[in-house]
Amino acid sequence: MKLLTLNFLTCAVKTCKTSASSFPLHPRDSELEIVEAEINVQFLQNILPRLMWEELGGLVNELGLPSLPPTAPLPSALVESKLQAPESDTTGLNIEKLEVPSQVARDLHRVLLETCIMSGGLVCGNCGHEYKVLEGVANFLLPAHLV
Amino acid sequence: MADDKNRGEAYESQHVHAVYEEIASHFSSTRYKPWPIVERFLEELPDGSVGADVGCGNGKYLAVNSKVFIVGSDRSTNLVKIAKSHSPHSAIVADNLSLPHPPKSFEFAISIAVIHHLSTPERRIEAVQAVLELLRPSSSSGSDHGGRALIYVWALEQKESRRGWDEGHEQDVMVPWVMKGKKDKGDKQRRKEERRASEQGEKKGIEQSGDKTFLRYYHLYRKGELERDIDAAGGRVVESGYEKDNWWAIAVPKAES
Ligand SMILES: [Zn+2]
Repeated sequence: MKLLTLNFLTCAVKTCKTSASSFPLHPRDSELEIVEAEINVQFLQNILPRLMWEELGGLVNELGLPSLPPTAPLPSALVESKLQAPESDTTGLNIEKLEVPSQVARDLHRVLLETCIMSGGLVCGNCGHEYKVLEGVANFLLPAHLV
Repeated sequence: MADDKNRGEAYESQHVHAVYEEIASHFSSTRYKPWPIVERFLEELPDGSVGADVGCGNGKYLAVNSKVFIVGSDRSTNLVKIAKSHSPHSAIVADNLSLPHPPKSFEFAISIAVIHHLSTPERRIEAVQAVLELLRPSSSSGSDHGGRALIYVWALEQKESRRGWDEGHEQDVMVPWVMKGKKDKGDKQRRKEERRASEQGEKKGIEQSGDKTFLRYYHLYRKGELERDIDAAGGRVVESGYEKDNWWAIAVPKAES
């Protein structure tokens, strides 16, 4: 499960959802894996304002990954211009200005969309219930006493 | 009441969840064409919208628009394993009456061919409520339109279909799913077996010449019933209609007064 998903997940127990301490869920004994995916800067720019930046930063730290910047980058910081000749140009003389994903964008892409929890648990900070992740699939089915 | 709830749950566990878990890969191989109304709804979303697909099955609708982000959920682990391959989206195992999402956080939600699997009126209304709860409410200034949900259920009125149900037929039915065995047999023979399976009301295990029949529970919606359920669940219907054997509605949470 990619880390971006955690931005939209909380405890499945009804009484927990309204409690601030149930979000985000806390990863426990996570086994992480990088699943490479093509970067889409526009997608990142669009998703940026929907991220709970502080909470995501906390999660990234809990997982022992490189820290996120303290504040969310501006969408404009996700692209940079680069001067280079187009591939079709064999003379190398027709230099053009190209927009390419910035390092900030590549870092964000790596942590949100390529870093996946393959196994472990996700723990609710309110009730303490742990949801299992197995083979990259998080399971939120509740035992009868919690429904 | 608590008893009713448990009975509904136990019933669905046997006649819906267990069946999908078993037929997952076969079911999945037959579910590739998205319904036009659902496709349109997903394609018209602004880029970067975030939403949920409640009862996502094999993730057929996760393949429609890769410019939005969808968290799909389903009861069946086997189906979620198939669904999670659709980039950039995500899929989790969850019950549609206990969804693990922060309330009022999504710009859209879809629940396609799911709510008709719940076996009591109360549970169906609760399921609609659970979908509506996910949606961001509209702002009082009107600058933010708020989230919308598309709900799709099987119709009772489908006399043109192979099943031939129509007005006046029993609404709670068991529908066979035939997993073809090695030998290919004629339609007539299969239908005879399906009918027999229905009569016997067995869940599974009817094996003849390699075919296996599974029965799934459905509540077939009659005209206007989906709209009534949405109203009872605290929603307002924005648009609704009929599309090839199904009733559908686009709904928003009612403005809080
Ligand atoms: Zn909890």
